[in-house]
Amino acid sequence: MTATLSKVDRGRAQEARPRPPRRYRLSNLDTKVSPYLFVAPFFVLFGAIGLFPLLYTAYVSLFDWEVGADEPLFIGLENYRTLFEDDQFWNALFNTFSIFLLSSAPQIVVAVLIAALLNANLRARTGWRMGVLLPYVASLVALTIIFGNLFGPQYGLVNDVLGIIGIDPIDWQASTFGSHVAIASMVNWRWTGYNALIILAAMQAIPRDVYEAALVDGASALRQFFSITLPMLKPTLIFVIITTTIGGLQIFTEPKLFEPSGGSGGGTEHQYQTVVLYLYQSAFQGLDLGYASAIAWVLFMIVIAVAALNFFITRRAVR
Amino acid sequence: MRHRWISVLICAAVSAAATTACGTGGASQTADGNTELTIATFNEFGYEELFKEYEAAHPDVKITQRKTGQGQPHHQNLFTKLGAGSGLADIEGVEEGYLSQVMSKASQFNDLKEIGPKIEDGRWLDWKTQAMTTKDGKLIGYGTDIGPLAMCYRKDLFAQAGLPSDPEGVKALFATWDSYFAAGDQFVAKVPGVAWFDSAAQVYNAMHNQLETGYYDKSDKLVVDTNSDIKSNWTAVTGAVAKGQSARLGAFSNEWNTGFKLGKFATKTCPSWMLGVVETQAGPENKDKWAVTDAFPNGGGNWGGSYLSVPKQSKNAKKAAELAAWLTAPEQQIKAFKAKGTFPSQTKALEAPELLEQTNAYFGGVKAGELFATQAKKIKAAQYKGPADGQIQETVFSPALQSVEQGKNADEAWTTAVEGAKKAAK
Repeated sequence: MTATLSKVDRGRAQEARPRPPRRYRLSNLDTKVSPYLFVAPFFVLFGAIGLFPLLYTAYVSLFDWEVGADEPLFIGLENYRTLFEDDQFWNALFNTFSIFLLSSAPQIVVAVLIAALLNANLRARTGWRMGVLLPYVASLVALTIIFGNLFGPQYGLVNDVLGIIGIDPIDWQASTFGSHVAIASMVNWRWTGYNALIILAAMQAIPRDVYEAALVDGASALRQFFSITLPMLKPTLIFVIITTTIGGLQIFTEPKLFEPSGGSGGGTEHQYQTVVLYLYQSAFQGLDLGYASAIAWVLFMIVIAVAALNFFITRRAVR
Repeated sequence: MRHRWISVLICAAVSAAATTACGTGGASQTADGNTELTIATFNEFGYEELFKEYEAAHPDVKITQRKTGQGQPHHQNLFTKLGAGSGLADIEGVEEGYLSQVMSKASQFNDLKEIGPKIEDGRWLDWKTQAMTTKDGKLIGYGTDIGPLAMCYRKDLFAQAGLPSDPEGVKALFATWDSYFAAGDQFVAKVPGVAWFDSAAQVYNAMHNQLETGYYDKSDKLVVDTNSDIKSNWTAVTGAVAKGQSARLGAFSNEWNTGFKLGKFATKTCPSWMLGVVETQAGPENKDKWAVTDAFPNGGGNWGGSYLSVPKQSKNAKKAAELAAWLTAPEQQIKAFKAKGTFPSQTKALEAPELLEQTNAYFGGVKAGELFATQAKKIKAAQYKGPADGQIQETVFSPALQSVEQGKNADEAWTTAVEGAKKAAK
């Protein structure tokens, strides 16, 4: 830089160089700074509502921080140690994965099938396509309350119907598997159509001539589906699977409202308490912010791990 | 589910922890030098007309009410902003169910004996004041209303079971918990398909609150596994469940509402405000089937009711305490009772003719005001509530009793409950 250059006597006294005119300086500033200003809104917003809370949560998780406590006590990784020894957390994790699998797996398979049906030549095509989106438009809370009624253990419609076909009533609140099925059905009801539409959009982007070539080669419709449609859907499927994973692992509203008494325990013995519900209970019933933050961070790590795993599996499986 | 609950929750947690919370901060002086007082309430306190009256008498005071529909979000907000150190109203309503959590943070509320105006002795029922007095004698809330317990029952079903069904005759059945459960045995044997009470937790909570010592002793030590009264209540209630006395309907659930409609249980522990709930849920088709009597097993009890407190955050604590003291005077509380039916906790208000003459048409024209006033006087003392008391009751013992109703072994459920209580108390 300039420091390495020796001073050259240009026959003038070492006076301050006249500053460039104001307008020039402004335009110089403009070219240098304004690009950053243009991209700033995203980074400022992301920093304020994305990054800062994320890091601050990590900070809070190192304290025994009760809402309203006078002095939060620094306890290092103690919250995490307690968490890994906490049966209720492992139970919540099991429930989350169980509900996630019961909802995501059938959901994506059915969504692909529905998309394939909608992609065919149908009468009133747009009507059908809009139709599958209807459950998504309905309010989540209203939907959950209605499903809660349908799956009522004593006076619910589902048990009445099961009774007609000779199956004993299931206590959808008491049984672990039963409650998971009930909650997964709410998720599937709401999201299958939405995912079907995304997949349908991707299907329509597949070039027609590939199918024509396959037809000329004598490939059956089934063969076309497995050898052309599915592989060409790969990027979209990865997207759908990852968003489903993130959503599925964060499931909260459905189990929260499924509890008839309005509590956050997720059933009398936490039969359907998910990780986020446990987080909520710790933070806003137990008022233990430090512990809740630790749960939030562990969940964050799990979501990343599962999303990455899904990404690699999907990339390999769908070739 | 895809709404990024995590980040929403984290934001909430962060704003709770950071000192600059989302609230508007304590109110202070308005431009013309008047004092602005804010008061945060939930449900219906029935104060709207009273505020106008107070403002007319005190031209230098302007009252702003922050009203929340439900108790739960109101108290969540209260605890969050206590933690944040700012943002609370000058006067905050506190419900009895959140008493233990508030008492454990008593240092953040003003001692009303110290900053408030001089108040005549014996304005409130003793137990009402006692519950809001700290161990070192500070009063952190003025009592507003209460929920004295009586027993509601179905006349028609009692008659069907061959039990007495007039309000005087049934009193013997509701003399003690033993006689109550014995009558239950008789009832379920005679009337198939109908239970004796709605859910175990409802009965157990009423029994528990009558105990002299609850989950904690007075030195804040958890005594859940050494206090034998708790275990014997547990055994009595779960025994009744085993004999089919419970309709297994969690309070305030949709199925509970259906249970009222279909008449699936014959008795209900009934605080004063429950009459309205029964009327709404059972509906006109069950009119005159329900009755209420001024008897409750083992004396009396209380469920619900509130206080007005002044947090230390308030910048106008003295004036706020004056307003709170005025609002909770018997004359005002009777007006609130007439406006919204909040049952007063003031001894003088319990003798007011307006209250004693109040009747309830749904319950066969019973003199409900007088009946509950009698019940309120039967309560002897307030049980001492430790720091996690409310949480133990709501998130540990009630679900554990429900699990017994779902078929879990009562002894195993007891072990779970004791462990849960220890965890909650940590």
